[in-house]
Amino acid sequence: MKYVDEFRDGALARGIAARIAAEVRPDRRYSFMEFCGGHTHAISRYGIAELLPTEVRMIHGPGCPVCVLPIGRIDQAIGIALDQGAIVCTYGDTMRVPASDSLSLMKAKARGADIRMVYSAADALKIARENPAREVVFFAIGFETTTPPTALVIQQAAKEDLKNFSVLCCHVLTPSAITHILESAEVRQYGTVPIDGFVGPAHVSIVIGSGPYEHFAEEYRKPVVIAGFEPLDVMQAILMLVRQVNEGRAEVENQFARAVTREGNLAAQRAVSDVFELRERFEWRGLGEVPYSALKIRAAYAAFDAERRFELHYKAVPDHKQCECGAILRGVKKPTDCKLFGTVCTPENPMGSCMVSSEGACAAHYSYGRFRDVKVTVEAV
Amino acid sequence: MTIKKDYVRPLDIKHGRVDMNHGAGGRASMQLIEEVFARAFDNEFLKQGNDGACLPVPSEFLEGGRMVMSCDGHIVSPLFFPGGDIGCLAVHGTVNDVAMMGARPLYLSASFILEEGFPLADLKRVVDSMAAASREAGVPVVTGDTKVVEQGKGDGCFIATTGVGVVPRGVAVGGANAKPGDMLIVSGTIGEHGVAVLSQRESLEFETQIVSDTAALHTLVAAMLRAAPPGAVHVLRDPTRGGLGTTLNEIARQSNVGMLIEEAAIPMLPQVEAACELLGLDPLYIANEGKLVAAVAPEAADSVLAAMRAHPLGVSAARIGAVVADEHRFVQMQTRFGGKRIVDWLSGEPLPRIC
Amino acid sequence: MCLALPARIVALEEPDNATVDLGGVRKAISVALTPGVAVGDYVIVHVGHAIGVVDADEAARTLALFAEMAATPGAVSA
Repeated sequence: MKYVDEFRDGALARGIAARIAAEVRPDRRYSFMEFCGGHTHAISRYGIAELLPTEVRMIHGPGCPVCVLPIGRIDQAIGIALDQGAIVCTYGDTMRVPASDSLSLMKAKARGADIRMVYSAADALKIARENPAREVVFFAIGFETTTPPTALVIQQAAKEDLKNFSVLCCHVLTPSAITHILESAEVRQYGTVPIDGFVGPAHVSIVIGSGPYEHFAEEYRKPVVIAGFEPLDVMQAILMLVRQVNEGRAEVENQFARAVTREGNLAAQRAVSDVFELRERFEWRGLGEVPYSALKIRAAYAAFDAERRFELHYKAVPDHKQCECGAILRGVKKPTDCKLFGTVCTPENPMGSCMVSSEGACAAHYSYGRFRDVKVTVEAV
Repeated sequence: MTIKKDYVRPLDIKHGRVDMNHGAGGRASMQLIEEVFARAFDNEFLKQGNDGACLPVPSEFLEGGRMVMSCDGHIVSPLFFPGGDIGCLAVHGTVNDVAMMGARPLYLSASFILEEGFPLADLKRVVDSMAAASREAGVPVVTGDTKVVEQGKGDGCFIATTGVGVVPRGVAVGGANAKPGDMLIVSGTIGEHGVAVLSQRESLEFETQIVSDTAALHTLVAAMLRAAPPGAVHVLRDPTRGGLGTTLNEIARQSNVGMLIEEAAIPMLPQVEAACELLGLDPLYIANEGKLVAAVAPEAADSVLAAMRAHPLGVSAARIGAVVADEHRFVQMQTRFGGKRIVDWLSGEPLPRIC
Repeated sequence: MCLALPARIVALEEPDNATVDLGGVRKAISVALTPGVAVGDYVIVHVGHAIGVVDADEAARTLALFAEMAATPGAVSA
């Protein structure tokens, strides 16, 4: 696979790892947050942590839209399906997220709710066309990467004047989340973590461009390196961050130059601003309410807003008292610091956001890395 | 017009559909059995026409061998997929389960649960395919049953099979027999069946040349057992639902061992890799229906591997790692990239990721 | 940040659709968000849409940089 295989070359990985090890200052610790769930997954799946020197620690941020989707929103989606009899279409990741009353979308499906997994928003539109007598709702989640496709289907639905299609919009925004991590009042409750820099999201940045991150670099004096999706990209980005820290710089660098520009994808941005506007506040699971961090559908497209159509009210539902997701999402605690990790809370039975998606810090650690928590002496015979 | 004596109007295979009469046990049932099932499976045991089949005792049994029995339910959707269908899948699946015990598969039974409205043409296609697979494997379907459920209560056609076989004296292959030091061998490229079936699912539609690898593995197993000194093949398992990753974990758990495998050594077709990338699936957890995993004593590994590669179903057989002592029973994998990770049990159903 | 793969455009279909190829697997996607793409271009595909185009020159530059970074461990960076 072109543009994929070359960026997974093991020999190059070892070389870059050696370079990182050579350039870290032995008297310093480096803590970098990779914001994006895709990066968390890549780091775990390729065992990158093992290739880094002990001076470098990767902190997993809240960049997994499934993980930060609050229970209350899933309750809304389940309600539309079970109580209103609508066909609810959703991406695969959301199906297993546990919600209230021991339900999840998958469990609601087992109870008779018509919930369908789709690969693309356009599939939901297709289902609406094929079922004119039923209400069809697309449960739209995701960061800025996933938002433009949702904008397009709403525009298309308007063009076709579809009467039975609507969207439950739970799209969230990256820069607001990063700001929130850096300066929320609750950080004092958990304690601040010296985050020395950020590995910026790959695909969100294709859409929004590298421009929006310049604010963090300037105001908070934190370097940001936008990294591509492949493991070599991540390693190169870590090396670039180490260098910035060593040289006392706080700039936005673009490691993913092959796909990210400063302005981003203007066609995508235009579609999004045509259809959506900012919500004043939105609850993020594990982070609480974050101002101006999410989108809602504009009045012009009100006919396609599921919240208006079904007169939905949002009811916040708290997580388990002992769930440490909030602290873990902020990088203040590790999965193994949580009392529930690995026993009560497992990928099969997730209690909180970090375990729910395979990119959550806890799920990634459980599925790929928990062997590092125990002394495993393995001798290959 | 002269009407032949005893004329029975044949089933309209082309346009007809299964209806409740076919399951009632009366004339319609008998006609369905005769014209579709018996005609296709056609063997001396089925011809006995009784409630059960009377079968001869295999010679191994008389020499201290033991009987092996296995059962399976087949609910694949869609029924027809690139490379196969529910019919041949049913035969291969059960033949393989018996073979994974180191046993020689002898007979199959087949129970059909049909949905009212299921096209007879599709039924014939499934049954003919099943019969062909059975003949090719040399394992006859000796007894069967047919039931019909109301429309809406069954996904067209479900098949349940049972297989019996015999394992000769001295052969003991089982999931609990893996020992530290054993070589782990996989018989060929992984992930094809799952990808082939997924490629037909609506909303995931993608075009690929990947076909299911469904196949009967008992002759491959026989070749492996012949090539190895007695008792050297410790474990055989076919990585079906849950894929290679799950199967390795199952063996580790049963045998109370750990494993160390190399990602680079796992054979995979580039298209399977690409399809999994595209859908956000991990090929380690994708079903295979014509592959096996073996844990073999190290001194026998080379000869077993050579015997596999000489067999048409094992040309891509490869050593993927080794069994190690590990109280935590982790399956560790050296990634292609260089770092290590564990291959855990599959969590839930592999749903395509967006993120 | 979400799962997205670079794939090659092998065919364009009106109004905004295309067929891409990734390692021999073909999929129909929308190119509404990447107007002006041509057959042969590599696009980043996410949930059935092309969200960006891969700049071949930049890709080559990045690969060269990897090789350079990996080549001399311990050497001071430029």
